[in-house]
Parts: sequence; structure tokens; C-alpha cells
Amino acid sequence: MKLTLWTYEGPPHVGAMRVATGMTGLHYVLHAPQGDTYADLLFTMIERRNHRPPVTYTTFQARDLGADTANLFKDAARGAYERFRPQAMIVGASCTAELIQDDPGGLAEAIGLPCPVIPLDLPSYQRKENFGADETFHQIVRALAKPMPRSETITCNILGATALGFRHRDDVAEVTKLLRLMGIGVNVAAPMGASPADIARMGQAHFNVLLYPETGESAARYLERACGQPWTKVVPLGVGATRDFLHEVSGLTGLSPKVDESGLRLPWWSASVDSTYLTGKRVFLFGDATHVIAAARIAATEIGFEVVGMGCYNREFARPMRAAAKAYGLEALITDDYLEVEDAIAAAAPELILGTQQERHIGKRLGIPCAVISSPVHVQDFPARYSPQMGFEGANVIFDTWIHPLVMGLEEHLLTMFREDFEFHSDAGPSHHGAKADLRAVTDIASDDAPGADLAGGALPPGSASPRDTSGQKMPSEVQAPMAAAGGLLWQAAAERELKKIPFFVRGKAKRNTEAYASERGVAEISVETLYEAKAHYAR
Amino acid sequence: MSLDSPARGCRDTPVLKERGQREVFCGLTGIIWLHRKMQDAFFLVVGSRTCAHLLQAAAGVMIFAEPRFGTAILEEKDLAGLADANTELDREVARLLARRPDIKQLFLVGSCPSEVIKLDLARAAERLSALHAPHVRVYNYSGSGIETTFTQGEDACLAAMVPGLAQTQARELLVVGALPDVVEDQCLSLLAQLGVGPVRMLPARRSADLPAVGPNTVFALVQPFLGDTHAALVRRGATHLPAPFPFGEEGTTAWLWTVAQAFGVSRPHFDAVTAAPRARAAKAVAAHAATLSGKSVFFFPDSQLEIPLARFLARECGMLPIEVGTPFLHLGITGPDLDLLPEGPVISEGQDVERQLDRQHAAKPDLTVCGLGLANPLEAKGHTTKWAIELVFTPVHFYEQAGDLAALFSRPLRRKALLTPAGGKP
Repeated sequence: MKLTLWTYEGPPHVGAMRVATGMTGLHYVLHAPQGDTYADLLFTMIERRNHRPPVTYTTFQARDLGADTANLFKDAARGAYERFRPQAMIVGASCTAELIQDDPGGLAEAIGLPCPVIPLDLPSYQRKENFGADETFHQIVRALAKPMPRSETITCNILGATALGFRHRDDVAEVTKLLRLMGIGVNVAAPMGASPADIARMGQAHFNVLLYPETGESAARYLERACGQPWTKVVPLGVGATRDFLHEVSGLTGLSPKVDESGLRLPWWSASVDSTYLTGKRVFLFGDATHVIAAARIAATEIGFEVVGMGCYNREFARPMRAAAKAYGLEALITDDYLEVEDAIAAAAPELILGTQQERHIGKRLGIPCAVISSPVHVQDFPARYSPQMGFEGANVIFDTWIHPLVMGLEEHLLTMFREDFEFHSDAGPSHHGAKADLRAVTDIASDDAPGADLAGGALPPGSASPRDTSGQKMPSEVQAPMAAAGGLLWQAAAERELKKIPFFVRGKAKRNTEAYASERGVAEISVETLYEAKAHYAR
Repeated sequence: MSLDSPARGCRDTPVLKERGQREVFCGLTGIIWLHRKMQDAFFLVVGSRTCAHLLQAAAGVMIFAEPRFGTAILEEKDLAGLADANTELDREVARLLARRPDIKQLFLVGSCPSEVIKLDLARAAERLSALHAPHVRVYNYSGSGIETTFTQGEDACLAAMVPGLAQTQARELLVVGALPDVVEDQCLSLLAQLGVGPVRMLPARRSADLPAVGPNTVFALVQPFLGDTHAALVRRGATHLPAPFPFGEEGTTAWLWTVAQAFGVSRPHFDAVTAAPRARAAKAVAAHAATLSGKSVFFFPDSQLEIPLARFLARECGMLPIEVGTPFLHLGITGPDLDLLPEGPVISEGQDVERQLDRQHAAKPDLTVCGLGLANPLEAKGHTTKWAIELVFTPVHFYEQAGDLAALFSRPLRRKALLTPAGGKP
């Protein structure tokens, strides 16, 4: 047993639902107890879908267990076919049905439905959501896709987009545009938007574009074997990766990599002088491996951050993750325990976190700005506006998204210059975030009260609650907590006052550096001089 | 007090009983509000990743407010040999209690997987209780979907606590059902003004305040889904006061008057105490009744609150219920509300969701009360919906919330009127 409060991934049958819900003309009959229908609202609420997921649950109850749950399954499968008339069906079991050992595949075969029925074997007690999606898509492709003559014009399939995928809707649109410019048509984009009939004609594409290895790689490998279709290995996240991707496609097709970069703004936004202050900002990355590996490249080479930590929750991709981290001189964090992630972030003390919904909460707790780069995400990350992550427009979106939580350049400089300005002090928080500025009387400025003691009416720490976040928790940030020195060190009152004059977004780091410097030299009491000696020592 | 029963109520209406696919939560969801109510309790679900995922989906952002609940996720090795499942559980519980010394009550909550593999959590609770006594008391109940629907999780939890309550001979009123703190305070204040007492609550905010129970205890329910708790209290010798539920002005008055009569409160005194809040509630409801009056309403089953809420909407807001679906119907508990609900609607128990959707589609109700898995799909088809879960998570009982309760139903209709179709002129 493993005690879990928060899980990055759902069970594998939720992955199967993501495939079924993304597709059309497919129905999923799931052998599951009453209550498992909770998963419907991930799609109807978080993704705001305007239809019910195409899933029929047997919803057996305790009284059915003594009787014949197998018949219940057969009735549900028959009823679902009669009502929905799907082109194909997938059948499987949730974690509880796995224990009662009815065989959905065999049972469905026995009733002889007039459409293809694809059985799924998803081990609930070993694997998770991404595996469920990848395996489901793989089995559908195995059952329906056949080798066939190539299309006359050069076409490809786009693989891996599912329901509840982070920005999948707009990524597919953006990549389709990039390919069209090179003269490549999209034969089938699947699973999202495809029907079983579309899957059956995937074989006529010349090659496959794999957008999301987590949910499409098994299908890509199968199609390579069965239909002789090569597949792209570069995921077009970021400017450099998008260009590499286009060169890779060019290599596969012999077409010249025609690009239209007229709408690409990230490089100039990043080169412009207002972005100078971003140089060397410490960033911690966590999420699914694909998004984290791509984000590290963007952070390091396109925005000029320093990557100080990276990791992923999906063990299936631990190897490429470790290799990618090594390139930045880092040890990758492979874990699905958010408490371990929280500890690693606290230890690395980054100035920006790029992660999932969980890291957003961790950031709020620690008072560190955060932007979201990967599933699992909440309703605000299924936006109404066009907001891909991939391609050139994706790069623009990423620049804006990552920079927004940070204090704006000019504001940061003024905060540094007028450190403890009475109405423009650090505890007022960034000007462009929703927090009530807490004006101080001029006389308070030299006081030793720990700012943030009155959190109810005071300002929020930077990077705290988004307006949608109603958990009502206003945690004091690390830097607002009363002075606690590590290892029995003592801060002199003057030094502590001096530390408070340092802008809040670097104060944590200054405090830690000073303490490390002092303990290395056996200094027991930190004075103003110690603070400035440490500053000089660590000067970058 | 105008509690005239309608010419014919719904108590004798034949109930449409359906079986088939159900679109409901399991009882584990009760943990979401129970852990806030019981401040020194921790709820440990023994289940699968699905259970953890459900709690996360239902708790939304709350999971990061240092929740006092979690899931011990069963792994392959737990399924292989049951002997070590108990060892594993003991280890996880010991670690948990070491980390959270403030916990005084620990609930081992059964799930579908733990029930199917027949993991004996009742014995585990006894063993762990002995191990961690006197500091922590360990209880067990099942919130599994195969046995419980949504709010029945609270019922199972409270029923599990009843046998362990101290014995008393005192004549006391026990108010049963978790209420938001602000509502609980209003309820206690009204009872105090009436001179009814002593009053105890189940659940209590802290384990130290747990009530005692005995042959002279009388109890009133504030939630309609407490069938097993009701039975457990009767087994301890307590007497139930059947009453309509305290929703709206009329329901609250009827509930209070039932209690007041049991404690010999005179009518003039009762009227003096309740006159002002009754007037406030009636006035607040009237503001929304203008929107709701004459509109039809269709309830999908969710929480067992459907019958008392339909009674409130029909009698105080002038709505016309078409179908009132409930996951489970307990006549001894909701009978008084059925008596007041004017004859007409179909009363259905259980669910075959596809057939019920066909009926809803044919009826074209003005307002459909349903779960979050159905709400947006129905809205997209042009129906106006009120998502039902909010009725459990929002303060809606007693006088001061009567207007808020009516507002929950009028808001979707007002919104529909506000939003001009795309391209339309405001």
C-alpha cells in the first residue's frame, strides 16, 4: 500500500476514456461499479465538453456481485450498441471489475455484435492514465489500420492528441498549418477528431507525426512495422525544436522546409532589452517528460534562464528524462509523489516554477511564481482563446505565459532602486497580479515586524492564488516568515533589517547564500558586513 | 403557520423503481465535507488509484489546503496475499499518526476494491484502536460505490460512530447530520431561544464533544440521507422525531415546531421566537419566486435531498415538479415531505440514466437538476440546468439561507434570460 493524497495521473481506464471521448463513432463499454462515472465530469467540466463521454458503465452494485455480473456486462454492451450504433466498440474493466474477473473481451465476443469490438487489457494496479491512453490507441490502430497504397499527394497522420490533453486542440491546428505550408496534407489526426473509419485509412499516409509520445508512441511503432510509415522524433515545442521538426519532416519527404516566420515574435521579445533581467533566472521544471524536456531547451537557449531542477512523473520516460537532465548538469527527479517534488523545489529555491497544477499549488505555498506547462491541469488551462504550445504561435504563447508571473522588468528595477518605498515596497506584490496593495505608514518601514503576519487583509505573496483558485489558503511565503536561521546561526538585528531591503524575489536566495557563506567560515553571527561579503562571493 | 397538507400528497404515489446504468458519485465523496466538519478526524480510504483520483477530482483545489484525508492505494502485492495487507495498513497508519499527532479519530474507509477482496477493515479498526488507544480512536465504514451513493457516505460514517457513543439517561435533543458551521450556530440559537435543550450534535466538531445516547434521547435529522444512522440510534433506544426537512421558511418552521412540541414549548412562545426570522425568510424567497413561479422542474437522482427540495420549490416558489428522482427512498424519513408535496410528479427511485434522459427530453422542463456529468451536455441541447452537488456543498438549511436556496435555482434561469444569443442586440 502507498499513502497518496494527490495523484498526477488517474487510473488507466481514464486514459482509455480520453481516447474514446476524443474520437467520434466509437463507444466504450466499461465494466465498473457505481460511482466510477465521476470521470465523466473531468470531460464535461474541466474540458467543458458539450456532450457526454461515449462511455457506458455497467455500474454494478453489491447486490449484483452474488448474481451474474457477466450478464450485466453483456446487457450493457447490447444496450449501448442498440442506442448508439457505433462504428466500433472498445470494452474493458476498471480496477474493481479487474478483481471480479469477468472477461469483457470474451463476453463481448460471445454476444456477436455487428461491429468490431476491441478488448482492452489495462492493469489497474500497476499502470496509470498515460499508459491507458497509449495502449488503448495502440489496440484500436492494431485492430483497424491496414497497409494500403500511399496517397497521391504527400500526406501524414498526426498521432497522440486526446481528450483532456494539455492544449491538444490548438497544437493539432498549429502543426497542421506548419505542414500545409510545406505542401503536406493531414490524412488523419488521431485519436482526437478521428472515427474508426478514419483509423482504417491511416495506412495511406506517407509518414506519421508523433506529437505526444506519452499517448501515441505505441501506435507510431505499430504503424512503422505494419504499414512501413516512419515517424517524427522531434516534438515541435519551442522555436529551435519547431525548426528541427521541419527539417526532420523535410528529410522524411524530400520537400524543402518552407517556413513562415512572419508571425514568430518570441526571438525578438526575448532579445529586446526589457528581457535582460530574465538572464540567469533560476527555473525548476516538472511535468510529463515530453513537455519538461522541451521546456528546458526553451528556458535555457531561447529565454536565457538557468535550469536548476527538472523531472517528470511518468516513469515510462525516465531514461530520456535522465539523459536530458544530464545535459544541464542535473540529476532528474523521477517521482509521482508531489511531496518529493515540493522538497526538491524548496531545496533548489528557484525564482520560477514551470510545472503542473500541483506545482502551481506548491509555488503558492512557497511564494514562488509558477506557470503551467503540462497535464494535469485545471479548467483555466482549457482556455477559450487560441493558445497552442507547439509551432511558432506556440512559442509566442509560451513566452507570454512564462514571463507573466514574474515581476515586470522595469518594475523589478524600480523595486530594487527604491527598495523600501512606502507605497511600492516588496510586500505589495507585483502590480499586475490580483492582490491588495498594503500601504504602509512611513514610520513602519524600519520596524522589525515580520511582514505578512496579518495575512487576512495584507498583500499576498507573489505568485499566489489566481482569481479562480478558491482554496482560501493565503500562505505566508518563505521569505515573509519570521527569521529562522539555519544551523544555529544568529542574524544581528541590523543585518536582518538590511536583508529585508533586498527585493522579495531574490531575498530567499540572498538569505540562503549568506547563511551558507557564514557557516562555511564558522561565523556564528551574521552582520551587515557578512551579508555584503556573501553577496560579493556569490556574484554572478 | 400554514402547513395545510395539499388535497393529496405524494406519500401513496406508486414509485417508479429503475435499475440500469447510474450516473452518481460513490459514498467516498462524503469525505470532502466530513473532514472539514470533524476537525480532529482523518479519513483514510483503502482503495485503488481510481479512489484517489475521484477524491482529487471532487475536492478540486482543496486537496492542497492540508487535507485530513488520503488513500492507501492497493498495489499488486496487496492483492496477491491478504495477510500482508494488514501489516501494510498498520505501517501506513503508524506513519500517518506519527506525522499528524493532532488526529484523534481515524476512519478506515472501505472502497469497492477493498470490499471485493474482502479486506476486513472492521477488524483492522479494532486492532488499530487497541494499538493507538487512548490517543486515537479508529472507526471503519464503507464508502464504496457498490454499497453507497454520494451522501450515503455520511450516513455510513455517522452510523459507524453510534455504537461507540457513551450511554446516558438524560433527556436530550440530538440534531443529526453535518451542517455548515454558520448554519449549525443558527439552529442552536433558535433552539436555545425556544428553551429546547440540552442539544447535542452528531457529528460533533471535535471528538471531545461527541454526544451520549440512551432511552431518553430524542433525535431530529437535518439531512434526509441518514437511514442507517436513524436505525442505529433507534437500536440505542433513542426516539426519532419525523418532520419535514428545514429547507425554506415553511420547512424550517415545521421542523422547529415538531421539536418544540416534543419539549413542551407553548405556541405563543414559539411564534414570538420565530416570527422575525420567518418574515425575513419569506421576504428573501419571494424575491426569487417571481422568477421560479410556474416553471417546471425535473430532478435526476443525486443526494436524496430531491424530495424535500421539490417540496420547497413547489410550495414556496410555485414551481411544478415533473419528475423527482432520488437514489434511495426512505418513507420513514421523507414521508412528512411527501405528504406536503402536491400530487402530480413522477417519484422515481434508482436510475437507468439513458431512459431517464429520454423522459427528461420528452418533458422539456424549464429547469433540470442534475450532476456535473450531465449538466453541460444538457445545456448544449438547450436545457437549463442546476448542478445538484452545490446543494450539498452550500449552506441551504434554516431561515437565513432560504433566500440563498431559492437563488440557487433562479440563477440559471435569470442567466439564460441575460445572455443574448450570439449577434443579438442587448
